[in-house]
Amino acid sequence: MAPLRSRLRAALLAGGLLLVGGAPALAAGEALHPPDTKFSFDGLFGTFDRASAQRGFQVYKEVCSNCHSMRQHSYRNLRELGLSDAEVRAIAATVQVNDGPNDEGQMFERPGRPSDRFRSPFTNEKAARAANNGALPPDLSVIVKAREGGADYIHALLTGYSDPPEGVELMDGMNYNKYFAGRQIAMAPPLAGEGQVEFKDGTTATVEQMSRDVTTFLAWAAEPELESRKQMGVRIILFLTILGGLTYAVKRKIWSDVH
Amino acid sequence: MAIGLHESEFKNPVIRWVDARLPVFTMMQKEYGTFPTPRNFNYFWNFGGLALVNLVIMIATGIFLAMNYTAHVNFAFDSVERIMRDVNYGWLLRYVHANGASMFFIVIYIHIWRALYYGSYKAPRELLFMLGVVIFLLMMATAFLGYVLPWGQMSFWGATVITNLFSAIPLVGESIVTWLWGGFSVDNPTLNRFYSLHYLLPFVTFGVVFLHIAALHITGSNNPLGIDPKGPQDTLPFHPYYTAKDSVGLIVYFIVFAALVFFAPNLLGHPDNYTPANPLVTPPHIVPEWYFLPFYAILRAVPDKLGGVILMGGSIMILFILPWLDTSPIRSMRFRPLARIALLVWLVSFFVLMYCGAKPPEEPWVLIARLATLYYFAYFLVILPALGAKERGLPLPASISMPVLRGGGPLPAGAMAKPMEKA
Ligand code: HEC
Ligand code: HEM
Repeated sequence: MAPLRSRLRAALLAGGLLLVGGAPALAAGEALHPPDTKFSFDGLFGTFDRASAQRGFQVYKEVCSNCHSMRQHSYRNLRELGLSDAEVRAIAATVQVNDGPNDEGQMFERPGRPSDRFRSPFTNEKAARAANNGALPPDLSVIVKAREGGADYIHALLTGYSDPPEGVELMDGMNYNKYFAGRQIAMAPPLAGEGQVEFKDGTTATVEQMSRDVTTFLAWAAEPELESRKQMGVRIILFLTILGGLTYAVKRKIWSDVH
Repeated sequence: MAIGLHESEFKNPVIRWVDARLPVFTMMQKEYGTFPTPRNFNYFWNFGGLALVNLVIMIATGIFLAMNYTAHVNFAFDSVERIMRDVNYGWLLRYVHANGASMFFIVIYIHIWRALYYGSYKAPRELLFMLGVVIFLLMMATAFLGYVLPWGQMSFWGATVITNLFSAIPLVGESIVTWLWGGFSVDNPTLNRFYSLHYLLPFVTFGVVFLHIAALHITGSNNPLGIDPKGPQDTLPFHPYYTAKDSVGLIVYFIVFAALVFFAPNLLGHPDNYTPANPLVTPPHIVPEWYFLPFYAILRAVPDKLGGVILMGGSIMILFILPWLDTSPIRSMRFRPLARIALLVWLVSFFVLMYCGAKPPEEPWVLIARLATLYYFAYFLVILPALGAKERGLPLPASISMPVLRGGGPLPAGAMAKPMEKA
């Protein structure tokens, strides 16, 4: 039974190491755990910083939307971020939407309306891959919920590009990013330098700032219900706590003759 | 009182009129009003009622989700996202339903554990217990089917892995899998039938729950001492005593539920399920929902596929014969010092399996899962039968009211029916 015993020892050892040492040294290809970033929407009372989310939309529109779709969103949803009706209409009208058929049976292009979904950069997956060296830029509608680490991860990923360390050979068309699984990502650094976008409110567009803003925007996009959800939660739990106290008092009164 | 009418004791003329013809009010009064209930329940006895509430919540939220859900591979994912965004309070419905499944399993696991600890599966409650196991199986099937509906990556790959298990059956396995799928892979026909069954099974569950409760009201409840009530001094009418006590537990349950739904709605879910199903991309780790992890670990602990499937099925089926494996006449583990330790270790093995189930199938997790699996079965097949013959239990109290009223009597300190409900 020697193999069993040595395996048992290995098991105990591994267990012990986990308890004592925390995460063992990471192999070269393994992704780093994204650091905890403070966001306006964290915590029990968190809300979306509207100014940041609006700037984030601008980053999405000017940068990310060249490659990434957001199929679950309509332009009208932007009103929730504090944009006015007129602004939403103007934004929607900047894209051309395929519509039809008309009375003659023809498809036609028309300017977008607030009720239209965000226009996708590619008509299908094949086109998206063809334009991106075979890689597929995922839809960003719920990306914050679709990744371990959520907003922390997205922010870490967007700011986590660097030159590969000594001895790491990048595959063709790949970029080194220590937060991405496998550390080689097909997306070239989308936020490359200060001033890549020009924020209307005068905020300096550093990479860190653009990344935070677009992450805030994507977090809102993934969970537009977050604010009302948390508000409702606080009220309901307060209510239940009070009701629980009263119920407990009633229960004690009813049971007082039993003990 | 005309012949053929029930002799109703209700004063209100309308209630009395109905009750005389269909004595539902008398029945409710008998089964939930005056129903004699052991006076020494602790809060573990709350969980059956909580499970019933949970089932009702699942059905209520499920019906409203179904009004907005589209069971088609091209639209399912988007229809769920539409529920989250455009249906009024749709996010609430969905998060209550998704987390409700988790709450349901938490409640049921505690409920089953209570039965194991206090020997509620023993005579005369064997059938009651077995009906409970049937409910548990139905719940597991329902939850598995439901998890497929949002048609994310884990939905698709979980369905693929689990349905593929049937292919382990010799000779007919492959045909069964094709039959389950309605084709040659998990696809639109699979989604459609899963949706149909997901809608159906909760109502079947409801029927079995009715039988479960009917059986309970024949044998009456067990209690923490595991001894039978000797007379009225040992019981209390269900109302107001246990309606009041159950209400306290119910609110605590709602607080935990609300904390999940409002502040951590995706904590127990898997991020991959927010990526639409893609048959061409296999996720690196396919893991089932947390409540299936112990059984998943047992499945993977066996190197042989068929063996794993048999052991996984056996880990639940064994509960059906538990009443006959445990031959000790003593119900409550309070009076079985050895079996009690063995059962606590069994609980540990259950959690260890749950942990291993979430890990990739590598060492040391496989080995640990094997040891835990071994103990899981040994508890039922070796330890309980052996202890039934060998163990000398502690002396049982003369009656329920004795230790409760006088606080002790012949009991050793630890085994005393400490009135937890002293409150
Ligand atoms: C030039 C095209 C392009 C642009 C512009 C671009 N991306 Fe990407 N992105 C990609 C591709 C291609 C992938 C797939 C990478 C892979 O799978 O290796 C990707 C992947 C991602 C991922 C998923 C990473 C993961 O964990 O799988 C996120 C998040 C992301 N991009 C966010 C953004 C954001 C935010 C922006 C705008 C600031 C942006 N991208 C701009 C091409 C682009
Ligand atoms: C025993 C009771 C039930 C359990 C344990 C259960 C469990 C589940 C689970 C785990 C999901 C996946 C949730 C997610 O991750 O999105 C789900 C989805 C769903 N269930 Fe149920 N369910 C139950 C009853 C019902 C009933 C009675 C109905 C219909 C009348 C129903 C309708 C639906 C629908 C439409 C979905 C898809 C929407 C969604 O994914 O949120 N469920 N169910």
